[in-house]
Amino acid sequence: MITVYVPRDSAAVSVGADEVAAALEQAAGERIRLVRNGSRGMLWLEPLIEVATERGRIGYGPVSPHQVQGLIDAGMLDGADHELCLGVVDELPWMRDQQRLCFARVGVTDPLSVVDYEAHGGLTGLRQALAREPADVVAEMTESGLRGRGGAGFPAGVKWQTVLDTPGETKFVCCNADEGDSGTFADRMLMEGDPFCLIEGMTIAAHAVGASEGYIYVRSEYPDAVATLRRAIDIAYEHGWLGENVLGSGLRFDLFVRVGAGAYICGEETSMLESLEGKRGMVRSKPPIPAITGLFGKPTIVNNVLTLASVPRILADGGAAYSELGIERSRGTQVFQLAGNIARGGVFETAFGITLDELINGYGGGTRSGRPVRAVQVGGPLGSYVPVSQFDLPTDYEAFAAAEAMLGHGGIVVFDDTTDMSKMARFAMEFCAEESCGKCTPCRVGSVRGVEVIDRITGGEDPDGNLAVLNDLCELMTDGSLCAMGGLTPNPVRSALTHFPEDFTVNHREAK
Amino acid sequence: MSEDAETVRAIVAAHRGDRGPLLPILHDIQDTFGYIDQEWIPVLATELNVSRADVHGVITFYTDFRSEPSQATTVRVCRAEACQSLGAERLVADTEQMFGVKLGQTTPDGSVRLEQVFCLGNCALAPAVQINGRMYGRMDRARLVEVLAKGAES
Repeated sequence: MITVYVPRDSAAVSVGADEVAAALEQAAGERIRLVRNGSRGMLWLEPLIEVATERGRIGYGPVSPHQVQGLIDAGMLDGADHELCLGVVDELPWMRDQQRLCFARVGVTDPLSVVDYEAHGGLTGLRQALAREPADVVAEMTESGLRGRGGAGFPAGVKWQTVLDTPGETKFVCCNADEGDSGTFADRMLMEGDPFCLIEGMTIAAHAVGASEGYIYVRSEYPDAVATLRRAIDIAYEHGWLGENVLGSGLRFDLFVRVGAGAYICGEETSMLESLEGKRGMVRSKPPIPAITGLFGKPTIVNNVLTLASVPRILADGGAAYSELGIERSRGTQVFQLAGNIARGGVFETAFGITLDELINGYGGGTRSGRPVRAVQVGGPLGSYVPVSQFDLPTDYEAFAAAEAMLGHGGIVVFDDTTDMSKMARFAMEFCAEESCGKCTPCRVGSVRGVEVIDRITGGEDPDGNLAVLNDLCELMTDGSLCAMGGLTPNPVRSALTHFPEDFTVNHREAK
Repeated sequence: MSEDAETVRAIVAAHRGDRGPLLPILHDIQDTFGYIDQEWIPVLATELNVSRADVHGVITFYTDFRSEPSQATTVRVCRAEACQSLGAERLVADTEQMFGVKLGQTTPDGSVRLEQVFCLGNCALAPAVQINGRMYGRMDRARLVEVLAKGAES
């Protein structure tokens, strides 16, 4: 039997992977063992077929269902050449140049195979952790220098130490999988492509801080991730990886998936906790911080998917090895996501420090439209627009902050030169108005006023006066909002104004 | 209605051991009936020992929960930044023209409901559209027509 891989990842399926898999089964079902793997993250090549050969896994893509028979006739199952043949997938520059720690198994294994998982290094970190004292595990995390991958970049070790040091019979580990930011899809790909990795990371966290219950809060827009996680959790229980005696260590850890209901704000950690408690997703004031007073008032770890999925490898190889990667205070690897108007979009995991130019024009190949890049938005809808003149910025939290931008979760959305940046600034305010939880006035009302003021400016109504109002408003939202939603919405607005002031003038807009 | 109320109570009972079970319960109710009827709010309030205002507040906070039954095919067009960079706004205009309704509305014959969504996590294969829970990438007007026609056949 020849092993053939066709991704089950929902991005691959969104462009026809299921139909390709069906065509393969029909054309060569008796000759092949079809594995539905995660995606390799080269999304411009999806649907990507991989055939296991003596030379390695040979890739073909992007494949349309009607091309499958032709590929088989041309000898694809023996790894033969073809115009769609990409060669050995692991040797492609995109794959070869990455340092995949978090995404090591994604796209390689069958996401729900426990055999695959262990054969590719799974459970090593958990076994290491369980053999050690909780305080040692937390110390390892601190040494790794891992910072929260959800965007804020708070040191994970410090958070874990706080939960460990807070006395309490009941503690929780919560995974924030409410990946609502445009330009990010790595959480989804990991949950669909290597769910056991997240489960293992959360179990290590539970042991480290003395928690017995965990929740993964997944947004409802990700039905495939929800289904894969639920199945993976069932399998983990069957194998004693979860439950009352994890791997025979005596640790009790129960894990549940909870599904959001279409509220962007629930990606904010305190709003997510409210939602998990069955309430409206209203942001809480901080302090108290969730590490001390979190879910149901108990000490709670809240970490992003990729933060928790980085944990098994850190415990397996040691915090010191992890901290050797990266630059300055940004240690380890970042899972960059190239999105929007980009020729080669997908997931690229590498050590911090790579420049935007290398990512966007190098690996990403520039825009999909073939036109010049105008700007990129880094760090999601609340991140700044970065002009091409700043593409030499190294990807480092502090370097971005110094340039009045935000590295955040490493999601990068590319826009070409047809983009009207005043429209993007307006959209940032419009989005905030749509998704604000409404608890604080700067965000709830400020965003609505923001849309109106931008409309006046672009409409030519007292531009100077209204620009002053907009700047005031941005300052107020930054300083006066309760959480990052209202507090960071001025980022895209101000950066668009700073770098592309011409887009806000009437003459320019009429010329377009 | 009483039979439905029994079903609602059974759904609540199935979540009896869960912490903060209201969202999972509401999801189950909507999965079962396709919407959440106003008349079940008092039932939920009594069963969970919270106020009717609390239940109403939660249902109305989250955009997923519907208060009206709907048999329509739901077409959700992503309007977030990554999809905008490849023409999502044009796709919105196209779909609105195709169906003759605006985002957030259902066609007069009740067959299609058009919605906006902010990010489906398919940002490298934009623009993205979700039709009855299934995601499609690299969407444009022609492909949308094709996908909907296929859906109507099956």
